[in-house]
Amino acid sequence: MRTLAAYVAAAAFAALPALADPGDVEKGEKLFQQCKGCHQIGAGATNRSGPHLNGLFGRKAAGLDGFRYSKSFQRAGAGGLEWHAETLDTFLENPRAMTSGTRMSYPGLKSAEDRTHLIAFLRQYSDDPANIPEADPTAQGIDHDLDPAILALVGDPEYGAYLSGECTTCHQAAGSDDGIPSITLWPEDQFVVAMHAYKTKKRNHPVMQMIAGRLGDEEIAALAAYFKDLEN
Amino acid sequence: MTLNRRTFLGTSAVAAATLAAPMVRAQGKPRVVVIGGGAGGATAARYIAKDSKGDIDVTLIEPTRTYYTCFFSNLYLGGFKTIDEIGHSYGGLAANGVNVVHDWAVGVDRDTKMVTLAGGGTLKYDKLILSPGIDFVDMAVPGWDISAQNAMPHAYKAGSQTELLKAQLKAMPEGGTFAMVAPPNPYRCPPGPYERVSMVAHYLKVNNPTAKIIVADPKPKFSKMALFQEGWNNHYEGMVDWIGEDFGGGSVSVDPVAMTVTIDGEETKVDVANVIPAMKAGRIADIAGVTDGNWAPVNAADMSSKMDPDVYVLGDASQQGDMPKSGFSANSQAKVCANAVRGALTGSKVFPAKFSNTCWSLIETNDGVKVGATYEATDEKIAKVDGFISQTGESADVRKATYEESEGWYAGITADMFGAKA
Repeated sequence: MRTLAAYVAAAAFAALPALADPGDVEKGEKLFQQCKGCHQIGAGATNRSGPHLNGLFGRKAAGLDGFRYSKSFQRAGAGGLEWHAETLDTFLENPRAMTSGTRMSYPGLKSAEDRTHLIAFLRQYSDDPANIPEADPTAQGIDHDLDPAILALVGDPEYGAYLSGECTTCHQAAGSDDGIPSITLWPEDQFVVAMHAYKTKKRNHPVMQMIAGRLGDEEIAALAAYFKDLEN
Repeated sequence: MTLNRRTFLGTSAVAAATLAAPMVRAQGKPRVVVIGGGAGGATAARYIAKDSKGDIDVTLIEPTRTYYTCFFSNLYLGGFKTIDEIGHSYGGLAANGVNVVHDWAVGVDRDTKMVTLAGGGTLKYDKLILSPGIDFVDMAVPGWDISAQNAMPHAYKAGSQTELLKAQLKAMPEGGTFAMVAPPNPYRCPPGPYERVSMVAHYLKVNNPTAKIIVADPKPKFSKMALFQEGWNNHYEGMVDWIGEDFGGGSVSVDPVAMTVTIDGEETKVDVANVIPAMKAGRIADIAGVTDGNWAPVNAADMSSKMDPDVYVLGDASQQGDMPKSGFSANSQAKVCANAVRGALTGSKVFPAKFSNTCWSLIETNDGVKVGATYEATDEKIAKVDGFISQTGESADVRKATYEESEGWYAGITADMFGAKA
């Protein structure tokens, strides 16, 4: 745990200006846009690809029941990592430096000032649950116009396991993110929505548009069924 | 119609007979031998062992204990990766239940289904998977043969050759000349020589900016040509002289003693000569008798040899149709093959073949480009379905993201080949 202690110490040092500056909640809210694809916060927030962030301050890392954390996070939590302004500041600067095997596909927020704003925004949702404002502007809406029949398809995980070979050349089966996002333990409906968004070219990425472009509805459902439980 | 029906019934009867035959079971678990531990062989061995959960005995024969990936070896030349970063051990495969034998396969007897090792041992197989990569066509570049590889390295099998080329690059005198003889089609990694030119240019721009690069190319055009030429103009103006087929690039000879390269009758004294000759399937494919000319023809549906249904050929050595010879392609083919081999030996479900490929190349720091396509199996070949390529004039942000993606892909494919990092 020496490494962790070192990080915490470094964080405390690096975060000194942050402590002096309370941060701008409104700016933090704007910055949170890049988080809300995976994390919900505010009234009614639930776990999605990432854990919900209500009551984050003082929470032990990997400390929410009902969310499947990476092994890396479980180890960090067992090693005593707790979320406070200082530890969040270090984590947000470069998530993989702190928890190398996190599934969080986020390269980090390099600006110390921006991290201060984001932490100030997050801090509001840890005061007292009664103070948590209404869900709407921050909780993620699952906006899509996908045919409910497609979402209702029940995928065959065995077929998904075979098809996944095409994914795991880039997306690691162990869930690590080294420059290509993790797709393991992804809630099934979100997986299906995302893949159809690539298929119909609403989401931009040439490789993904090509791969999703020739997957049928059943195949996407099969992949979603496979990846939702994939844990190494 | 009659023919189809008869063929179908015939196939079924054979399949039923195979399943009913006590022979395979009586001798214990079915045995798969894989020759070659690169992107094709390592992936196939790992997937068959992992997915059969111990029901198939999988042996991988690979002479080297550390495998250096050809992909990203140009980045080592450019100084973006260390040699250790592109080296991988086989420990993860052993952890997945693969018997890894570090030896050379020197013989294949397809009648008795037996592989002979240089160390003297033999291995019986029910299914044999060959993934030997490439060897060079003798006398493809007049004046060069494999005995000249120290004076004029090919560096087209990664490892000591790559390190040698890097050492020669570093030792170049100020304002010296680096020559490359590029290979004719088809060859391993179509953008590879041109990414290498870019990485050498990157190194020289920093360390030896008056040096020159000459490329003699027997082809009139090459993979991602517009992207590379744009990059060379933008980043390395005046440094790279590419001489294509139209300007005599195909008429080349070399003298490894005098260190000269003669292009279309004009002799040039050079300081480094990177000779990448024409290629053919790795030698064991020839020894096994599954080649036709330089390559081993395969059936697109499962990568089985057209000469023997119990032998499969993956990756660069195979002649399959439209897929480029790349590590990504070999990895993709390996998973289709693994599914088919497992189905044939254990009766597990066999799903239809799907193939894909993407090749990333680095032109200069944070200037990455990519080309990719999806493929399907037809009766004749692996046929292209759809594809994309990076565009000229893309923003620096897009190019940086493409490079970062390539690093993610490298971590992904090596984990897929060798098992995840512990």
